[in-house]
Amino acid sequence: MRPFLLEENALFRGLYCWLGANEGNRGFCTPEGEALARDGLLPLGWEWLAYGAAGLALVLLLVNAFLVLVMLYTYMERRVMARFQARLGPNRVGRFGLLQPVADAIKLLTKEDVAPTGADRWVFNLAPIVMFVPVLLVLAVLPFGRGSFLADLNVGVLYVVAVTTVTTLAVFMAGFASGNRYAMFGAMRAVAQLISYEIPVVLSIVGVLLLARSLSLVEIVEAQRVPFVVVQPLAFFIFLAGSSAELNRTPFDLLEAESEIVAGYHIEYSGMKFGMLFLAEFAAVLTTSGVMATLFLKGWEGPLLPSHLWFLIKVFGLAFLFIWIRATLPRLRIDQVMGFAWKFLLPLSLVNVFVTAAEALAWDWETMTPQQVWAMGGINLLVGMVGVVLFSHLVRRPAPRRAARARAAATAEEGV
Amino acid sequence: MPLRTEPVTVNIGPQHPSTHGVFRMRVTFDGEVVLDVEPVFGYLHRGSEKLAEERTYTQVITLTDRLDYVASMTSNQAYVLACEQLGDIQTPERGRYLRVIAAELQRVASHLMATGFLLNDLGAFATPLMYCFREREKVLDLFEMLCGARITMTYLRVGGVFQDAPEEFWPALKRFVAEMPHYIDEYEQLLSENEILLARTRGVGVLGTGEALNCSVTGPVLRSTGFAWDLRKVDPYEVYDRLEFEVPVGEHGDNYDRYKVRILEMRQSVRILEQCLAQVPSGPVRAEVPQLYRPPPGEAYGRVESPKGELGFYLVSDGGIAPYRCKVRSPSFINLTVLRDLLVGWKLADMIVTFGSIDVNMGEVDR
Repeated sequence: MRPFLLEENALFRGLYCWLGANEGNRGFCTPEGEALARDGLLPLGWEWLAYGAAGLALVLLLVNAFLVLVMLYTYMERRVMARFQARLGPNRVGRFGLLQPVADAIKLLTKEDVAPTGADRWVFNLAPIVMFVPVLLVLAVLPFGRGSFLADLNVGVLYVVAVTTVTTLAVFMAGFASGNRYAMFGAMRAVAQLISYEIPVVLSIVGVLLLARSLSLVEIVEAQRVPFVVVQPLAFFIFLAGSSAELNRTPFDLLEAESEIVAGYHIEYSGMKFGMLFLAEFAAVLTTSGVMATLFLKGWEGPLLPSHLWFLIKVFGLAFLFIWIRATLPRLRIDQVMGFAWKFLLPLSLVNVFVTAAEALAWDWETMTPQQVWAMGGINLLVGMVGVVLFSHLVRRPAPRRAARARAAATAEEGV
Repeated sequence: MPLRTEPVTVNIGPQHPSTHGVFRMRVTFDGEVVLDVEPVFGYLHRGSEKLAEERTYTQVITLTDRLDYVASMTSNQAYVLACEQLGDIQTPERGRYLRVIAAELQRVASHLMATGFLLNDLGAFATPLMYCFREREKVLDLFEMLCGARITMTYLRVGGVFQDAPEEFWPALKRFVAEMPHYIDEYEQLLSENEILLARTRGVGVLGTGEALNCSVTGPVLRSTGFAWDLRKVDPYEVYDRLEFEVPVGEHGDNYDRYKVRILEMRQSVRILEQCLAQVPSGPVRAEVPQLYRPPPGEAYGRVESPKGELGFYLVSDGGIAPYRCKVRSPSFINLTVLRDLLVGWKLADMIVTFGSIDVNMGEVDR
């Protein structure tokens, strides 16, 4: 396990030294911090408080910077969608409408906080928080630039997968506690859909892990001689499809299908609780893009520009891809969504795991020649294309109309 | 043992994004599957038929605007045709052509809206809708040139049209006719062959020709079942007998065919507009009809092929200045009669799409 970003961060060290670095616990003070640290504010034995306070300050800074990015992303989504749809989008508040998210936030914050009578208050109020926290937790392991990460967990990928799954629970909480039938539809769809798509997404990551031989996000980035998207195109595709389902964006936005169940699980939410749910979704797009950039696009690595900028470019590029998909595709039906996950993505991801495992046995990723790397990419692309064509026949079956009708008639006879 | 779930009853509407107005369906679901549908309407009832008895023949035209408010021109047309039958009035040639131009533009506008909203119901987040509205805007601009209004036009009059088209109308119409086919291509390129659209609409909400005929279904919904019934062909009014066009039909009567028939009909409408542009004669646009029109006692039924189907006005005159009775045969209302048969056994998502593909207008359903 590598040192935390915390202990290398100049800001953290400065704050820590200023607060609590008395004689004898200079620890990791920088030369700059040292000048300040001659006389810490806190007495001896209180370093833990200094450490905690400095750490919290850094986390707050990071989270707030991320939230500003999310605000920018909501603005970007609305503007880009508008351009796709031959309209202008928000352009009134501030220059180019850049302050629109601020105006929205003020509007949402000043709205009355309504909870329906039939709602389960505790769960209802808790759901937006449960929705939002996991998204922020992902930031803990995400490397934003060369050497910029809060923690380099040796089980980073597992942590990301585990933490993001909590969203399912939040969506179900919101839908179930609202006491609304549309919300209930959304919640039931959420459980079915999000759990189904978790499996192909995780399996698609396995291909990457087999090559990188590490679960640490930092080491995965460093292991990418070429971006993994070149040698794992199928995994990238599965991850893209699966994560757009987990982010409930079209064509998989069944949880909140506006034209069907109005707003789905967040139908009863208003004010800032609604804002939290929405912000969590947008934030999840950014963190998922971040994970994708890390796993498949070589994370922060890139020529010329600083590493943080490269990371942002990749994240927003992927976010643009998500917006593009959202602006174009219609929505699938629930049975088609489930069929797509179980009959199409799951077998494809299994094929990918087996093929990659065989390749990882045959060649050593670390010592492969560039020709071998390209050959591997070519083989995987071919396998992916053949797999997509083969398995797409499975999901193209027409809907079993007669069976559904017979079932409906039978139920009707029994006196509904 | 099959797993049983408890049926839930949900009110879809009257306030719902996809009920195209204030339609309400009391739906019983078993999970996502529709077990029973009970349509409830009347939320937009304004008593237009009764109000018509209190107004002069010309004033009633404004009421017809508000029936199918996305296709006012064809509503006007059906009504004035009935009025003209009552008094046996001959409309001048130019007036007839202008009426046909207005009606065909209106058909394009209405089908654009139907297509856009259908794709929106399918979940394509507003993009096709905005594309369709972009062109609908051009049609509305043309209407604005004709009569100054954009939605409730009241352009047609007993014996002709309100006024001749201004000079700038003709080049604008020419440009529209020239551009429109490319825009229709664009809609088709966007989604017509999309795998998701095909999966969602093909074989879904199938309506048989027999069932459709038994329920008096008309318009694109009937034609999508493969039955070529278009009043412009089978009972030509105005100048349609002089115009060349085809009646596009579907094969299976499913949601996809209904979507496709509307797209093809837009192409045919553009074709009709092209011919009108070449054929339109000069002359008066309106016959001499007194301001206070008093048709002789009698009855008449005027019908047109509105974008939604056969729209008919049955008028009874007692020789006075107002109709004694005005009955509207509205295609939206009658097309709704097959709704339950189309929906039961399908899923919630299909229900919304099938309802959208029938393309009803609540102003016309509730009258």
